[in-house]
Amino acid sequence: MATDSIVAEAAARIFRDVCDPASVNRAADEGWKAPAWAAVEQAGLPLAWVPEGLGGAGAEIGDGFAVLREAGRSAVALPIAETLLAGWLLAQAGLAAPKGAMACGPVRESDRATLAKGGTLSGRLRAICFASEANHLALLVEREGGGEAVALLDAGAAGIADGKSIAGDALNTVHLDGVRPVAVADVPAAAGREAFVLMGATVRSVEMAGALEAILDIAVGYANERVAFERPIAKFQAVQHNLARLAGEVAAAMAASGSAAEAIAAGASFDEGVFLEAASAKIRVGEAAGEGAAIAHQVLGAIGFTKEHTLHRFTRRLWAWRDDFGNESLWAVKLGNLVAAKGADGLWPMLAAR
Amino acid sequence: MATELTFDPVRLPPECAALRAEVRAFLREEIEAGTLSPDVGGGIDGAFSPEFSRKVGARGWIGMTWPKKYGGQEKSFLERYVVTEEFRVANAPVRLHFVADRQSGPVILKYGSERVKAAILPRICKGEVCFAIGMSEPNSGSDLFAAKTRATKTDGGWLVNGTKVWTSSAHHADYLIGLFRTSAPTKENRRHGLTQFVVDMRTPGITVNPIYQMTGNHDFNEVVFQDAFMPDDHVLGEVDGAWKQATSELAYERSGPERFLETYYVLSELVRVLGEKPDVRGAEGLGRLVAQLHALRRMSVSVAGMLHAGKEPVVEAAIVKDVGTLWEQKLPHRARDLAAFVEEGAANRASFEQVNAYATMVAPKLTIQGGTTEILRGIIARGLGLR
Repeated sequence: MATDSIVAEAAARIFRDVCDPASVNRAADEGWKAPAWAAVEQAGLPLAWVPEGLGGAGAEIGDGFAVLREAGRSAVALPIAETLLAGWLLAQAGLAAPKGAMACGPVRESDRATLAKGGTLSGRLRAICFASEANHLALLVEREGGGEAVALLDAGAAGIADGKSIAGDALNTVHLDGVRPVAVADVPAAAGREAFVLMGATVRSVEMAGALEAILDIAVGYANERVAFERPIAKFQAVQHNLARLAGEVAAAMAASGSAAEAIAAGASFDEGVFLEAASAKIRVGEAAGEGAAIAHQVLGAIGFTKEHTLHRFTRRLWAWRDDFGNESLWAVKLGNLVAAKGADGLWPMLAAR
Repeated sequence: MATELTFDPVRLPPECAALRAEVRAFLREEIEAGTLSPDVGGGIDGAFSPEFSRKVGARGWIGMTWPKKYGGQEKSFLERYVVTEEFRVANAPVRLHFVADRQSGPVILKYGSERVKAAILPRICKGEVCFAIGMSEPNSGSDLFAAKTRATKTDGGWLVNGTKVWTSSAHHADYLIGLFRTSAPTKENRRHGLTQFVVDMRTPGITVNPIYQMTGNHDFNEVVFQDAFMPDDHVLGEVDGAWKQATSELAYERSGPERFLETYYVLSELVRVLGEKPDVRGAEGLGRLVAQLHALRRMSVSVAGMLHAGKEPVVEAAIVKDVGTLWEQKLPHRARDLAAFVEEGAANRASFEQVNAYATMVAPKLTIQGGTTEILRGIIARGLGLR
């Protein structure tokens, strides 16, 4: 068995034990979060991408993506992806990762954090997931006078505005003016903003693919159980065809996200091939998220629209995750511009090289 | 998860890269020689080319996975994948040999008599032999098991009577693989009673009548059998048991790159007509199409990897064809939308409109040939445990 499937099984078991969607959905408050986080942290999942020498688990890139797929399959409402990505970012600059939850950014394309020569930050970063629940923030910053660096800061030092995503998870605007990081180190250009965004986009693509697998399972299960007109609705051809379409969207999401994750795991650099893979995945998986969520809700009818049912734990995250690190439209414009610049004869060789 | 689908990130092995370079060099020579044109749909009129097929055969690119004993190269299924996709993208005129290479040859290899295998397979590999598929009938399309064309036992063989229809390339074909009724279906099994035969098209009693398509092209035919004699050793596999033989091959037929690259020229002409600096709408539309195609190809390669590993990814293959053909069917319409604001006098507009108009007329068949969308969704639904 490949290590990523062993890791995936272990992660799935932990998520089932400490934050399965049905229990979380029934929970009266957020009291489940602290013990759940302790358990995933104990298992080394959030710092999988941090080398052992920098305080992490030192797992392969592929293993981390395997954890993220499982996190998506369980609609995990903990900052696991954010901490993984933050740890990866810190490691690019050779910085050690602290214990506890982290958030990272920038997430929005036009947002920037600047590090003044005097060592203080400025700027405002929007849509930072789980910033208000994090102990630390890992940020890619521009140095005044040029160059990129990674900055680690105490979350308490930044101004973090309240906010929630469409999924109900913390989604915050972070105000950085005057904040002094606890650690800063330069990153090589090859591991800078572009690499971080490609990594972030692929993290969300993999999570979305996992959530899409889960909603296919939920919708198929429901269709086989729910009886109408004296038979399970799964026996109606119209329902079957809707679910077959959902399977097609899930398949495209699995293939595109899995391919992008593998390209990053196998590649030495964030080159044009990785760009094609990561951009395509964010576009195609984002499209699948929209289409797939619509079909699943259609199959489940009114019950899927309730708070009581777990479907929304997945579909609301699908809708939210589409927007992180660039939505489908933004990536499509970037990819379209690249294809146009390379010209008609350059397109097929680029696709076939993958 | 109850509904486990597998789409692992399979990469083509290194030997495929060398082969791809060789195939591209060959195609470049042919383009320079004027034998084919990738952009204007050279395949549109030049799809059937004995000269081209013989050259491809000489390169060892037909029947390349088959045993050397029968003219093959014993190459992997993944290497064949590369040849198929490069030829499709270049719009190479492969009609003469493609059906024999993909479908008919493998069926003969698996179920044919030794005499038939020795006589026909090496000639397929040389690019000399064209095959047609005789499945559909006037009252039997998607429902193959309703076939009525009858083969009746006679001395040393069978006499065939009836009509096949929508038979592509029958007017060029040297052989046809026919599905004929040899017994009535049973109460327990309505699929029982059909037998596959390899039919020599020179057999007396076979008449081929053309059916023209809305494009004006002649591809379809009606094939009429009147007491046409089939020798016993032209039976493929088990008499009355064809239903057992059809299913696993379909995964190869459904998931290949030809299922979404038949009109690839639309996409390359769209890139040309939008120019180096498209507006944001053009760039976004183009980016989405490329992302969707990339995802499709990665799905298709994933299924190819499973087939290569000896698995039977029936549901995954059906998904690739369902998603792939729908994508390709929408392609000319999407391209038309995206090119709508390109200046009237722009350099590539006329050639774009020409190929896009052609592809618009091709598009409706994509979700019909080789298993309709409706049939595929039934297969997927069964795989999901819904029926």
